[in-house]
Formats: sequence, structure tokens, C-alpha cells
Amino acid sequence: MISVTGISKSFGGKKVLDDISFSVEDGEIFGLLGPSGAGKTTLIRVLTGQLRFEEGEAMVMGKKVTQLTGSDKKQFGVMMDDFGLYERLSCYQNLRVFADIYGVSDAAIREVLSEVKLQDAEKKAVSKLSKGMKERLRLARALLSRPKVLFLDEPTSGLDPQTSSEIHEIIKKRKDAGTIIFLTTHNMTEAEKLCDHLVLLNEGHIVESGAPKELCLRYDHQKRIEVEKKDGEVISMEVDPKSVDTTAEKIADLLRSGHLETIHSKEPNLETVFMELTGRELEV
Amino acid sequence: MKEATAIFRKQVLDTRKNKTVLIQFVLFPIMTIVMSHAVKVDDMPEFFYLKLFSIMYMAMAPITSMSAIISEEKEKGTLRALMMSNVRPLSYLLGVGVYDFLACFIGTTVMSNFCGLDGGPWYKYLLVISSGLVISIVLGAAIGVLAKDQMSATSLSVPVMCLFTFLPMMAQFNDTIASVAKFFYTQQLYLALEDINNVKIGTEGLIITLVNALVIIGFFVVAFRKEGLTKE
Repeated sequence: MISVTGISKSFGGKKVLDDISFSVEDGEIFGLLGPSGAGKTTLIRVLTGQLRFEEGEAMVMGKKVTQLTGSDKKQFGVMMDDFGLYERLSCYQNLRVFADIYGVSDAAIREVLSEVKLQDAEKKAVSKLSKGMKERLRLARALLSRPKVLFLDEPTSGLDPQTSSEIHEIIKKRKDAGTIIFLTTHNMTEAEKLCDHLVLLNEGHIVESGAPKELCLRYDHQKRIEVEKKDGEVISMEVDPKSVDTTAEKIADLLRSGHLETIHSKEPNLETVFMELTGRELEV
Repeated sequence: MKEATAIFRKQVLDTRKNKTVLIQFVLFPIMTIVMSHAVKVDDMPEFFYLKLFSIMYMAMAPITSMSAIISEEKEKGTLRALMMSNVRPLSYLLGVGVYDFLACFIGTTVMSNFCGLDGGPWYKYLLVISSGLVISIVLGAAIGVLAKDQMSATSLSVPVMCLFTFLPMMAQFNDTIASVAKFFYTQQLYLALEDINNVKIGTEGLIITLVNALVIIGFFVVAFRKEGLTKE
């Protein structure tokens, strides 16, 4: 379990994290959604003990992050953009270095390479891998020690949809195995698809939190549905207790006449929610 | 210890594919062997090339390779990944340092043996060079710790390396340079090897070498305290 209470962190007098509080339950995928510069990576650094902070308290696996020992940290898997790979070494050799540190067997290396679908590239030098393959290798390294907590900083940033989808599947499998997943993203689709719980972060502040669907419903002020007729005409209807009979009658007419093509509820997506709360776009 | 061994193994694998570092380990031994066997001039002192190139190798290879290895790991972010995996800075430096020492020691052993040095003088020669290698490794590590990336490591290591490497050579031809050079460990160790069959270091030489070692260790401690291996 992870619990954060009132964390604040400044760089050169500028607050990059301001009174951050949340908790993450075991076996949960927790997402930190926000644009670049929101403080997501800083928060991961704080939680993994890489960065000190001025105020508040952060606990991971029942221990204050300031008191984490080396063996505690071995239970973390961390995938960050600035955690490089040994470019001249092969995929296998890269993992071998960390397997030696963790005391992990050769079989575990093969297993994790197969999990990220790099078994055919195990002898290939990292410098010859594509960006997607490098990201999968970074993920493999984070998974190697079978960590209890997995910190993933923008794990699919800049990747093609196929590779992103493969990475999502791996993350879900690890969640099913009971691993706590803490991920940051600025991709709302990724957040919606993966996360059980989300925190929206903007300029170091938490602006909202909750399950992705719950968040979208909470900001569904207009409560409208959209009906598309077979001739292509789109009709927007209000879902309001006062006008429910009229709306239901209109839909019933369309159904009876066979003109109805599609019908959708029009609750906002995470992007719209974020925009409403901050006036900023997510993908910045 | 497990971490230091892992770093050592990594370094062995990496250097095989890292021509920049590899060349620093093999260049001087090859040059010494070739020159010693191919260039013979009348009245040339015995083991002339071995003595000269050993000292250059002792200063150049560890300073440049240590600083290059550490600064590259800092620049590429592999050092951060290692630290996050609970590799302590001391384990890391021990792994790289021992590797660097052994690589240079093997080079020294091979070149001196190929030049015909053996028996008691050989062991004494190896002892003198080994002590110099350790000092140079600490100096290289300090530069690597201080440098933000490979480029700044090169700009720091080249002048330092030139100073320690070429002073003993220049001191042979210029008394003023010799009077300055005598305060450097490379010059004192070169003087210790002057009569390679009767290696000896005087009290003054020993004190100067020890003071050099202490100053360089101090420089390393300051660099490490200031920069650490991975800055926040």
C-alpha cells in the first residue's frame, strides 16, 4: 500500500508539489494524470526515495520513504525515461547485469524477456533496437525482480498503438498477480483503459481524484444523449427528469419508424474534465 | 560484494564492445612491445621504452577510462537505474575500479614481460606501477564524479592526464620542468624505476607519492560530496 499525506516539494523556491495526499490499495492500478510539468515524475522520485521533500509524509509498503532500506527498494520495479540502458550490450546482457544484482536466476531473465516479447531479440545490441523494443526492455528490467510495487513513468509515451497495447496487457497481468502499479501518464485513453483510481495533477496540485468513469460522470453537467438517424442527422437530447417523457417518446418514434442508427450518452471524457478544472489540455 | 561483482562483470562485457575504452588499455602495451623490439639505438638505456611508456600508461589509461566509464553512466542514466536497484556508490566504484585496475595491471604485466623483465625486479616494477595505477584510478573516478557528461569528463581529464603523463618525459630534457615535476607521483615513480633492475624509492619520493595520494583522495571526497553519483 502507498499513502501520501500533505507532500510538498520545491525546486529553487518554486513549489512543484503542493500538499499532495492520496492512497493506493494493494493490487490496484493507480494513475497520475496530468500534462508535462505537472509534477508526476517528481512524485515518483519522492515515492521511490530518490528525492527528498520538505513537508508531509509518504509511506510505501508500510514504511516511510525516507527510511526505505536497500532491500526495501529491491521490491520496487521502476521504469523511468531517464533510466538508461547499456546500448552496447544485448537485451539479455542488460538484464543479466540487474539479475546479478537482484540475485535472480537465468530462467527469470528468459521468462521476463518472453513476457515483453523480446525473446527473439535477446542477443541483439540495445543500440539496434527500435524505440518500442527499448521501452519493452526497460519494462522487462523493472519486472525482473518480481516487484511488489511497480512505478511506471509514462510507460507508453511516444510508442505506436500496437506496442502500447502490448505494454498495457503486461501491466494488467502484473496487476492480476497482485502487484501495486503506480503509473503516470498524460494520455487519457491509457488512464481510462488501465487505471482503477486516478488523480488529476496540474502544476503540482491535485485537482480531482476518483475512478475514471466516476470522474467523467461527476462532471456530466449537461446529461445529454446523442441520437444518429439513418439519414445521418444527429439529434442531441436532454436527459432530465422534467423532460424524460418527451425524450423517451422521441426515441420510441425513431425506433418505431426504423430511422434510428445509433444512440450514445454524451458524458465528458477525462480530457474535457481536466480542461474544465484547469483550463489546460492534457496532451501538452 | 554481490553488487560490485555484478558491476565488474558488466564492465568486462561492455569494454569488449567499447573501442574507446578498450584502446586505452591495449595501446601502450602494444606500443611498448613494438618499440622495444623494433627501435634499438646505440647507448639507449636498458628498458628505455618500458620505463617511459609504463609511467605514461599508469597515468593515462586509468584517468581517462575511469572518468569515461563513470561519466557515460551518468549521462546515459544507467547509473540512476543501478542506484535504484540498491547498488551503493561504494559497490559501484569498487566494481569499476577493480576492473580498471586489473585491465591496466594485465597490460603492464604483459608489456613488461614481453620486454624481458622477470624475477625480483619484475615484481618490484609491478608493485611500483600498481601503486601508481591506484592513485590514477582515484583521480579518474574523481573526474568522472565531477563531470556531468562524457564531454565535460574529456575536457577535465585530458589536461590532468597530460600533466601527469608528460611531465616525467619532459623532465628528462629540462631541469626547470624537472624541479616542478618532482612534486608529482608519476615523476617519483618514474625515478623509482630509473634503474629497473634495482627498483628503489627514497624517503622523499615516498613522502611525495603519499602526499599526492592523500591530495587526490581528498579531491575525490570533495567531488563526491559535491556531486554524488546521481544528483537529485
